[in-house]
Amino acid sequence: MAFTFAAFCYMLALLLTAALIFFAIWHIIAFDELKTDYKNPIDQCNTLNPTIEKVKKIKRVKIAIKLVLPEYLIHFFFCVMFFCAAEWLTLCLNLPLLAYHVWRYMSRPVMSCPGLYDPTTIMNADILAFCQKEGWCKLAFYLLSFFYYLYGMIYVLVSS
Amino acid sequence: MLFESGGITENLDGFDQLSWQGGWINASRPDTGEKATLGPSQNPVGLQQLPGVSYGMTHQPTYNPMQAKAPAPPGTGLYPSGPYQPVHPVSSYQPGPPLSSYPAPSGQALLTRPLMGGPPSHTPPQSASPGPRLPPAQATPPPPAVSSSSYYPNPRQPQPMAPAWHYNTAPPPMGQPTSMSIPPRGPVPNHVNPAASSTPSSTPYSSAPPAHVPHSVTQPPGPGMPPTSLHGYTQPGPAPPPMTHMAPHTYQPSRAPYGPPPTGPPPTMKPTPPPTGTLMPNATPPPPKADAQCGGAVNSTLPPTEPDCQEGDIECPGTVAGNGPQAPNSYNHVDNKMAGLPQPGPPGRHLGHYPSLPPGYQNTSALHNAGPPMHPAMQAATQPYTQPPQTYQQPPGGPGPAQLSQSLAALSLQSSTPESLRVVNLLQERNLLPPNPMPAPTPCLPQDLQKINCNPEVFRSTLTSIPQTQSLLNKAKMPLGLLLHPFKDLSQLPVVTSSTIVRCRSCRTYINPFVNFLDQRRWKCNLCYRVNDVPEEFMYNPVSRSYGEPHKRPEVQNATIEFIAPSEYMLRPPQPAVYLFILDVSHNAVETGYLNVFCQSLLDNINALPGDSRTKVGFITFDSTIHFYNLQEGLSQPQMLIVSDIEDIFLPTPDSLLVNLNECKELVQDLLKSLPNLFEKTMETQSALGSALQAAFKLLSPTGGRMSIFQTQLPNLGVGALQSREDPNQRASAKDIQHLSPATDFYKKLALDCSGQQVAVDLFLLSSQYCDLASLGCISRYSAGSVYYYPSYHHQHNPAQVECFQKDLKRYLTRKIGFEAVMRIRCTKGLSIHTFHGNFFVRSTDLLSLPNVNPDAGFAVQMSIEENLDDMQVVSFQAALLYTSSKGERRIRVHTLCLPVVNSLADIFAGADVQAITGLLACMAVDRSATASLSDARDAMTNAAIDSLTSYRQSVLTIQQPGLLAPACLRLFPLFILALLKQKAFRTGTSTRLDDRLFAMCQLKYQPLVYALLMIHPALYRVDDLTDEGALNINDRTIPQPRVLQLSVEKLSREAAFLMDAGTVMYLWIGRNCHPNFLTQVLGVPNYAAVPDNLYLLPELDTAESQRTRAFIGWLRDQRPFFPSLHVIRDESQLKPTFMQNMIEDRTESALSYYEFLLHLQQQISK
Repeated sequence: MAFTFAAFCYMLALLLTAALIFFAIWHIIAFDELKTDYKNPIDQCNTLNPTIEKVKKIKRVKIAIKLVLPEYLIHFFFCVMFFCAAEWLTLCLNLPLLAYHVWRYMSRPVMSCPGLYDPTTIMNADILAFCQKEGWCKLAFYLLSFFYYLYGMIYVLVSS
Repeated sequence: MLFESGGITENLDGFDQLSWQGGWINASRPDTGEKATLGPSQNPVGLQQLPGVSYGMTHQPTYNPMQAKAPAPPGTGLYPSGPYQPVHPVSSYQPGPPLSSYPAPSGQALLTRPLMGGPPSHTPPQSASPGPRLPPAQATPPPPAVSSSSYYPNPRQPQPMAPAWHYNTAPPPMGQPTSMSIPPRGPVPNHVNPAASSTPSSTPYSSAPPAHVPHSVTQPPGPGMPPTSLHGYTQPGPAPPPMTHMAPHTYQPSRAPYGPPPTGPPPTMKPTPPPTGTLMPNATPPPPKADAQCGGAVNSTLPPTEPDCQEGDIECPGTVAGNGPQAPNSYNHVDNKMAGLPQPGPPGRHLGHYPSLPPGYQNTSALHNAGPPMHPAMQAATQPYTQPPQTYQQPPGGPGPAQLSQSLAALSLQSSTPESLRVVNLLQERNLLPPNPMPAPTPCLPQDLQKINCNPEVFRSTLTSIPQTQSLLNKAKMPLGLLLHPFKDLSQLPVVTSSTIVRCRSCRTYINPFVNFLDQRRWKCNLCYRVNDVPEEFMYNPVSRSYGEPHKRPEVQNATIEFIAPSEYMLRPPQPAVYLFILDVSHNAVETGYLNVFCQSLLDNINALPGDSRTKVGFITFDSTIHFYNLQEGLSQPQMLIVSDIEDIFLPTPDSLLVNLNECKELVQDLLKSLPNLFEKTMETQSALGSALQAAFKLLSPTGGRMSIFQTQLPNLGVGALQSREDPNQRASAKDIQHLSPATDFYKKLALDCSGQQVAVDLFLLSSQYCDLASLGCISRYSAGSVYYYPSYHHQHNPAQVECFQKDLKRYLTRKIGFEAVMRIRCTKGLSIHTFHGNFFVRSTDLLSLPNVNPDAGFAVQMSIEENLDDMQVVSFQAALLYTSSKGERRIRVHTLCLPVVNSLADIFAGADVQAITGLLACMAVDRSATASLSDARDAMTNAAIDSLTSYRQSVLTIQQPGLLAPACLRLFPLFILALLKQKAFRTGTSTRLDDRLFAMCQLKYQPLVYALLMIHPALYRVDDLTDEGALNINDRTIPQPRVLQLSVEKLSREAAFLMDAGTVMYLWIGRNCHPNFLTQVLGVPNYAAVPDNLYLLPELDTAESQRTRAFIGWLRDQRPFFPSLHVIRDESQLKPTFMQNMIEDRTESALSYYEFLLHLQQQISK
């Protein structure tokens, strides 16, 4: 039993996945609020998209980051970690989502600031339903992967 | 922050807190206090029964006077005073006599209601409160008692529920003794109504009331009696008084329809079939007397369509339903302007002048006619409130949905089959176009409901029969949606002032004609089915001044109504009218010469700008810098302030840039006179539109308002700069059209900011080059503005555009406007809104934010069915528009549409409205071309036709025959789809400028259906042989009515002249061998060769031919809010290709002919 880099990756992924689960839940709630008329779409999109003001604050940190949503970044981050750790199976499991994220961001509406959601189209029933479904699917995926990472971590720890 | 408006919404909805007590604000009605009194005066019995009774009492006092007289005045005062307003009451009702009569009525009403609880005397509570008032009471007290007694009896009468309600109805029986026996059923109710109507009229005078009452009581069922009673109360129709009462009558009629439904039973909703047939009869029978007028109106039922009146708001009753009676309306009176007009839509019909005319026509006619014939309308208008009494009677039942449903069932069965489902083989029948404009199909509702249903020009559904389930809808393959024109200028519009606006407690629906009154005190929401209490205030009917007949209130008698909103509906004090004009003054702009036209138009119309003493105006001009104008009072001349820092724009003197129009009118006029000269020599070619918009936003954001941008070139400086994205060489050849979506989101974001601050942006684009309308248009699209586009505008080279611009500008400056508006669309539980189309920002699933709303804006809504509508016979849709008028009043305009639910595909097809479907498909296709691609959108439209016809063939047709079969109601569907494919917005293979294409798309989404349809499928008329045969007669002008021809070159003839009406433009095509008579008499030229190339005006010759032609063209133009320019073209004209492109049924190089298209469809369908 040894503490390898792979084990570290799994632990890290475990923690980050927990965070992603929260993101997913927040995402679901946000769209539910929209649907039930609890919030207006402009405000909601401003919270869902990192707004320019927020970006300006972190501008000095590094610009490269500001274009990506935290969730996408985190997910991308531990995909890279798994790649480095040569955990191919785990990486393969995550690749579809990674590809989806890339596609999703490429096909976002014309916007001058980072973000995916356009307040003028978000209320369309199809888009709203799609976003909600997306939230639920991601939540399920993250939950499953949470347990998978837990298993992976223990397996790595035990086997090595 | 952005969204203050949010608050507004809340108001809209969160109205709960309102106190129920409210009374009619407007004065004259002391009602509130009175109520209390009433109670006492009334007999216990009365009390028990219905509040209504008590009401009557109270009101009566006021009433009497008013009502009696009111009728008389018909013509005058009606409108203005507004139903509730004090004026009316006084004038209208003055006749004291009525009082006595009234009471009686009230009693009757009670009778009907009896349902309540049988216990006659118990009701006291209400009465008690009101009682005191009795004063006028003299007569009243007694009657009430009587009535009450009668009531009870009826109600109690076990007979079918109907009876109870009927009680009102009972009267009808008169005519139909038979029915009497069966009173309960639908028929009775119907009858009742009629009777009611008649009664009302009579009542006032007749002392009968008491007597009647008894009758009714005793013989609840007995039709004969009841009627009398009714009359009793009101006035015998025939009697002289009736005249005045007329209005009331009218009401009744309308109600009558309701009445039946309302029938006490409503709650039960029984489906007894009788309704349909009966209903009809009812209408007719009752009218006998004076009422006849009303009755007639009622009968006509056509109502829905007709009243299109374009202008005034007025409107009301008549319009909406066939109710002609609409007395209700009268109360309200509507907008001032129209007040004068008596336009009872229905009446017009009665008059018979234009009975057969299509809806559109009718309107006009109605208007004109209105004067004389309109009694009913007039009266109504005048006596807004008087009528109520009558209404009461009918309403008893209230327009109970239940009854309706019954009748519906019957109706649907019968009606659907016939004409609309007749099988048409499109490949064989060539002449499918109706010779005259098509009216909207009539929903398969019982006649009484249909009479009060919303005017299809205002509120229209693609399927007039709603499928029961989503799967059924999917099977039918037709889009389900609504097309709205919510702020349309109406000729009659009932306006209600009340401190309490009655709404459902759970879904916030406004009370409407399609709710069910369970009894006197409770109503059941027709959208969410919650049972609500009827607030005390609502028990009193200001129209009839009677108590206890909530179903006769104008709110329950009109599907279109306007409320003056109390302060609960305001987030902030109503804003003043604020207009900011942003003018491009670059070299390019000066070249076009538009500044002269604009300044002159504004000077001419400066006093006609809608607004009050608080109205503010401001001006900003821009080229590469931004120029502000200080117009503060006290300056000797306008002061120009130039800000050249366009990167970080600021307001030089924030306080004096927007000035009060009345106080500074001279300075404004000075500015307008000097503006065109100011920039004459400018050589500045750049345009910093983005910065100018930001400055304007800063200027307007504290108040909200309207900004009008006049732009002549692509903005190329500062924020929001755009680049040309169009490659002219690719216009025709490109496989797919690019750049249909915006290049930047700057304009969209700014529009959202504007929307949050209640600022709307209207864009006038006068440009000969590419302006990227796709990006610029966003500024208007999301701020609920409008877009006007004048390609190749030039003051010398393009006089037709100049004239068009002038006329549009005039309309734009003077039309009605609503500020800080929101519109919510509610629908019966189970239905939900899928997508909105139009210019606005969607703030929530059913709420649109409209910083400004104008009468020329149309909206479309796609619906989906989320839950099965199994147990429902009808569903309702309600659009509520909350806005601030230019006078600073907060108003709510409510439209309610009721449609039947069906469960068979055949019924769905039978109810399809091909025009509405085309309009909705066009909106959907515009969306699709922006999100996917143009070719996708085109395929989708073709597939829509294929799918629906396939579905029809497979599921509805029992006998399979060869050919392309369509139901008669969809026979034009393939033609319209083909027209859409060849429309500027969607055509391919023909050189179309990108801006033209985008503007066409904007218009398809934004124009109300009637106008959009002309842009899709122009109308072609032969005009060289106009005759007076079948002509309309409007305002002493004779308008010839040539038939609409198919759009095919085969219909053209060298020996004739044709007029093509394509909505925004008209072409007069002159055949080479055109009869010289036409050339000389109409065009004023000796021969064909002498027809000038650029002829935009028909000479005013004093010949019959010339007059007819000009009358016809003028009439076409009058029907729309924009100004279609006229081009006279010959074979050699440059515009000939444009004209020929509109020949939709012909083959072109890149598109199929109609016959080929049909073959293509057939091939796809038989696959």
